[in-house]
Amino acid sequence: MEDIKKLEEFQAKIDAEIKIEPKDWMPEDYRKHLQRQISQHAHSEIIGMQPEGNWLLRAPSLRAKVVLLAKIQDEAGHGLYLYSAAETLGKSRTEYLNELKTGKAKYSSIFNYPTLTWADMGAVGWLVDGAAIVNQVSLQRTSYGPYARGMVKICKEESFHQRQGYEIIADMAKGTPEQKEMAQDALNRFWWPSIMMFGPHDSDSPNTGNAVKWKIKRATNDQLRQSFIDKTVHQAEIIGLTIPDPDLKWNEERGSYDFGEMDWDEFWSVVKGGGPCSKQRLKHYNDAHNNGEWVREAAKAYTDKQTSKQNVA
Amino acid sequence: MTKNEALVKYCLRLGDSSLILGQRMAEWCSNGPVLEEDIAMSNIGLDLFGQSRTMLTYAGEIEGKDRTENDFAFKRLEREFFNNLMSERPNGHFGDTVVRNLFLSAHTYHLYKKLSSSSDNTIAAFAAKSLKEVTYHLRHSAEWVVRLGDGTKESHSKTQQSVNDLWEYTADLFAMNEVDELLIKENIAIDLNEIKPLWDNTINEVLERATLTRPEDSFMQKGSLNGMHSEALGHLLTEMQFLPRAYPDAKW
Amino acid sequence: MSNTDSQGPIWEVFIQSKPGLAHKHVGNLHAADKEMALQNARDLYTRRQEGTCIWVVPFEAIVSSTPEDDEAFFEPSNDKAYRTPIHYVMPEGAKHI
Repeated sequence: MEDIKKLEEFQAKIDAEIKIEPKDWMPEDYRKHLQRQISQHAHSEIIGMQPEGNWLLRAPSLRAKVVLLAKIQDEAGHGLYLYSAAETLGKSRTEYLNELKTGKAKYSSIFNYPTLTWADMGAVGWLVDGAAIVNQVSLQRTSYGPYARGMVKICKEESFHQRQGYEIIADMAKGTPEQKEMAQDALNRFWWPSIMMFGPHDSDSPNTGNAVKWKIKRATNDQLRQSFIDKTVHQAEIIGLTIPDPDLKWNEERGSYDFGEMDWDEFWSVVKGGGPCSKQRLKHYNDAHNNGEWVREAAKAYTDKQTSKQNVA
Repeated sequence: MTKNEALVKYCLRLGDSSLILGQRMAEWCSNGPVLEEDIAMSNIGLDLFGQSRTMLTYAGEIEGKDRTENDFAFKRLEREFFNNLMSERPNGHFGDTVVRNLFLSAHTYHLYKKLSSSSDNTIAAFAAKSLKEVTYHLRHSAEWVVRLGDGTKESHSKTQQSVNDLWEYTADLFAMNEVDELLIKENIAIDLNEIKPLWDNTINEVLERATLTRPEDSFMQKGSLNGMHSEALGHLLTEMQFLPRAYPDAKW
Repeated sequence: MSNTDSQGPIWEVFIQSKPGLAHKHVGNLHAADKEMALQNARDLYTRRQEGTCIWVVPFEAIVSSTPEDDEAFFEPSNDKAYRTPIHYVMPEGAKHI
């Protein structure tokens, strides 16, 4: 009985746009949903360092190198902000990282695609960060306080990420024929995976129901995807690149672009670990983590020694 | 050798050492022992690239042949780089990296302190700004060397090995030639013999806190002043210079 | 939450953005000890010139009130608007007061 009353009070707070804070009562499913969503978001930031890190050492100018390094560094920082938010839900970072290490937890499938040329640094910043930003802007209003505050900070810091990517691809699109070809090729490879970042159609999305009712999600997958496509088409046009979708067409009535169907077989295959780089990304993370084991142990041993010295003194 | 020729070489030494070490720091990206350290290493890398850009740009100005920071970074060959040998040492494990960085940041810390009053205004301003950055690099690497040295048995022995392995590259940090001679006379450069005892003090202090032993001087590597490097540099440059070399007509 | 995990204990981070302003809570991080916590806080939370001073505080040292405390803690001040200036009616035309 009490739970029903609590649940009603909880829903009333959500409806009144009052943020839920860590020590507030919350339904177990709300907690679980957030633990999963925030940690997946954090894992995505961390794994997302790898495809861009792949070109960091080969950046073609010193400016490009520092910009990319600062951007990847932000991603590590944003992963940390998100783990912090997720930890307020009563699970430690180590537990979340264990789920990542063992492949139990998911991260955004987009990072299981390879970055084959420097133009991919443009496509990743422009499209992948662009799609992420659409999602994150909407999540600034999510109902869980620590997640919403994290998103506000992250959105503010990421404001340069998409611009740096667009700058790279725009420069290449007006460069030598080889550069332009690389730019178009990057767009061809990253377009569909990027718009699939928003997840399955609302009609096929099992987690949407409660997430919308509880205002964890403030917009649906299809709404966010549409908003991203509407923004991006013009950006492609003005730099002379073609979006690889023959069905893409302005719909006057809807005031939006119609677009073709995504390859959902590929989507689900990548989600289930069948992406070109799925194994590689996870192995890279695990190797780094395992190689650091002795360092973490040493830091802890040193602290323990200092503490026991203090206790004796 | 004219004063300007010497100054160009001197700027390249400083700029190349920052550049090459910066590239090494960038290699740590997504490979750190904890995420917090990934971020720290990126910060150090960003500082170093910034330092390098200032010095390479200045070298271009003095040289007067319209070479930019990118021309210097991406279009020179192995024998035309003047970074010290320590900066090109591969990262190895985390202990190797922090010991290398300790040796280097203790060097730049004392060097930049003195260079802040160089008679060359650009060098003096560069040194004053960079000093703030390397003060943090020194603190970061020293604190880690202490933790690894005085941590577990495993970390102690690994880190002692790092110190032993890297020791033979320390003398190269203090090597001087006619470039120094000329610029010291002009009060532009610093006599590295003045830096050596300061560096010794810092290193001895840190090693002692870390319960590590300072190796005896024996065989010492040398050669960076003449662009004589280890095999490691060529591989680093191959990777770093790939795009501008593969697409010489492209702008990025 | 376990503090014996491999990431080290949690430290809450407070940054003063300008001399004279209060330290504001910005988030937290994991570190083995206080020096590392301070360095990591610098690297993580001041990437964009956010700070002039950093405090790091062990998470366990922070005691938080709970929602159950709300009534007793915060409601007693609800009927004491006389602590705020808008409670007082000033004569018409009075300025700078």
